[in-house]
Amino acid sequence: MADALQPHLPALLWWIPLLPLLAAAAIAFLPDARGRLASKLALGALGVSCILALLAANCTLSPSGEGAFRLATATTWFTFGESALKVGVLLDPMSAAMIAMVTFVALWIFIYSTAYMAEEKRFGRFFGFLSLFCGAMLMVLLANSLLLLFIAWELVGLASYLLIGFYFEKPSAAAAAQKAFITTRVGDMAFFLGMIWLYRQTGTLLFYDGGNGLLESGALASLAGTTTIGGLTVSAAAALLLLVGAMGKSGQVPLHTWLPDAMEGPTPVSALIHAATMVAAALFMVARTHPIFSNGGDLTIPLTATAWVGGITALYAACVAVAQYDFKRILAYSTISQLGFMMVALGTGGVGAAMFHLIAHAFFKALLFLSAGSVIHGCHGEQDIRNMGGLSKPLRRTFLAYAIGMMALSGFPFLFSGFWSKEAILHSAQIWPGGMGPFALAVAAALLTAFYMTRQALLVFFGKPRQPGVEHPHESPAVMLVPLYVLAAGAVLLSLIATPFWPWFEKWLHGEVAHFHGGALGEHGAVGLLILSLVLVSVGVGLGWLLYRRVSNDSRARDPLSGKLGPVWGFLERAMGFDALYQKCIIGPLAVLASLIDALELGILVPIMAAGESVLKAFGRLTGASDERGINAGFDGACRGLKRRAADASHSQSGRIQAYLRTIGLGITALLLLYFCL
Amino acid sequence: MNPLAVLLTLSSVLFALGLFAVLTRRNAILVLVGIELMLNAANLNFIGFWRFGPPDPQLTGPMFVLFGIAIAAAEAAVGLAIILMVFRHTRSTNLNSSDSLHG
Repeated sequence: MADALQPHLPALLWWIPLLPLLAAAAIAFLPDARGRLASKLALGALGVSCILALLAANCTLSPSGEGAFRLATATTWFTFGESALKVGVLLDPMSAAMIAMVTFVALWIFIYSTAYMAEEKRFGRFFGFLSLFCGAMLMVLLANSLLLLFIAWELVGLASYLLIGFYFEKPSAAAAAQKAFITTRVGDMAFFLGMIWLYRQTGTLLFYDGGNGLLESGALASLAGTTTIGGLTVSAAAALLLLVGAMGKSGQVPLHTWLPDAMEGPTPVSALIHAATMVAAALFMVARTHPIFSNGGDLTIPLTATAWVGGITALYAACVAVAQYDFKRILAYSTISQLGFMMVALGTGGVGAAMFHLIAHAFFKALLFLSAGSVIHGCHGEQDIRNMGGLSKPLRRTFLAYAIGMMALSGFPFLFSGFWSKEAILHSAQIWPGGMGPFALAVAAALLTAFYMTRQALLVFFGKPRQPGVEHPHESPAVMLVPLYVLAAGAVLLSLIATPFWPWFEKWLHGEVAHFHGGALGEHGAVGLLILSLVLVSVGVGLGWLLYRRVSNDSRARDPLSGKLGPVWGFLERAMGFDALYQKCIIGPLAVLASLIDALELGILVPIMAAGESVLKAFGRLTGASDERGINAGFDGACRGLKRRAADASHSQSGRIQAYLRTIGLGITALLLLYFCL
Repeated sequence: MNPLAVLLTLSSVLFALGLFAVLTRRNAILVLVGIELMLNAANLNFIGFWRFGPPDPQLTGPMFVLFGIAIAAAEAAVGLAIILMVFRHTRSTNLNSSDSLHG
């Protein structure tokens, strides 16, 4: 099967992102009334993509013996002067794992959306945007050129803007969409600069091109051999710029403020953004360009920066998540925190660990968001966890799915993929030679993760209903529950392929064969790390249980933790004041500057322009009159005269054939006379 | 005068009469008759030069004349058809009444 497919693989790979993109294009031409057809189109295209992705991933499974499977194509897109810009697709185990995950998770989110968005009047348009989102993301994953990756990356940004602002009549949604777009644009600018720099240095943007690619030894040596400002090598400087781009897209501190606000979009969109597309694109980009980051050892400046940014983000977001009340906002901060974990792994060299956490996280975070959507759907739009409570009985099926997701995210031991992936990340941070800073930050964040997830679970599902509105919630229909259980199964079963005993996933990425390895725990202090993880989870969950097990039945009661933390609580509730800081330092001065320029324009420029305008108008009238009376009149007179003469001359054309003949005869006679007599 | 000169004078007179008719008659049918006269004057010349010129066993002159007669017949048919159409249009065969191309 895999061998028969091999020759068609490059063409087949192009179809994986093209199908959803074509579906999006087709849906753009459908009227709003044909929403059902649009959803079928989107689902069908993604379904075929999913099958193709699985087939492609199947091709990468068998280890060839000489490193990992890699298929890279390159075709010339256009040429300018001597140089040609090439684009192509690239399939290796990393992109194969990602396309399989993205198409699979997104497919279930699509199915969920058909029920969740059923009441929506712009139903078809929603699916068009979702298709565009997925197609663009798949293009990011399969691109064999930084340029193609960047184009798709921007398409992902566009789709996220459209989807976050899907309820654009709501001012907060429109603002959130703009915020997401502009904040990520800051990062994209850095990404773009880094890309141009790489092109200038190496003359190519292809990742792999038979030895001439950006990620191959020749280009890497050239990048490492040139130094620039401050003694940085070009590869370090460009990698730092790429890192800033990834920070914008994946919501790392300090470019994270858009991600919690992105909750304004419909819940399936949140699930997509947080799990399969958008933020995953940034992590994937860093993983893809990892050879540039690690060009020159395990402790290069960009790698150190990545590890620290990740660690700080992980702890920051975990702290803030403790003090939030919005169901989805807590999950949003937990995403930021988990992305921080992945950054730590990338920075400390654990690309495999990062990719595995990315995929595992995609499953359980999509699951958590979809179950959050199911709860919100059941509670008639209520999102504040202070108003919920006691939902475990009426929403038993949703609660079961949520519990699996919650345990996977908190890192409950052994059974859940989240435990093993976090374990791998902590391991990679622990053995990193660059210091224990990121490791300590990640450990603290893991503790807080267990704590805030316990808080959320207890406040939402246990105790008694605190508001009359949520006393009689209704369970969601099967078409919304089935995706929950499929994703839950994924969140559990994924743990089978990446335990230390049988590290199949890691080996797959490197093109090696995995062997069962029972003694894995004895190496590198793995037992100590395992015990540490267990302690972290139990302390986090225990603290949460102690604080929130008997929460007041009054929805206006203060949070039990707020009394203990004092002013710190408010600081955390305001997300450490990043939004206020940006408001004060960037938006405020810009607004002042804008009003200043406005005043300048109204007070000085406008009068000057008005005076100039009247002078020009007078001049125009003058030239108009002279034109009318002088030049135009002259021409008109000449034309009239010409017309009269022409009319006179035309009388000689009598229209009588014999008169013409006589004239011809006279003419011939005259010519003959001339000829013979002269 | 030798016979050829007599013949050529006759054909010249015929041609001149034809041309005169073409240039002066107002009736379109008579103009057509004039054209026939001119054609036959030309035919007469062909025959004359063949008959009194150097011997020509290939009969070039009569062949030319036969073609000339055929063309004259065709021309008369086409010309009469045109005159008929013009007559239907202007209700007259006077050439001076068909002057719609005048300036």
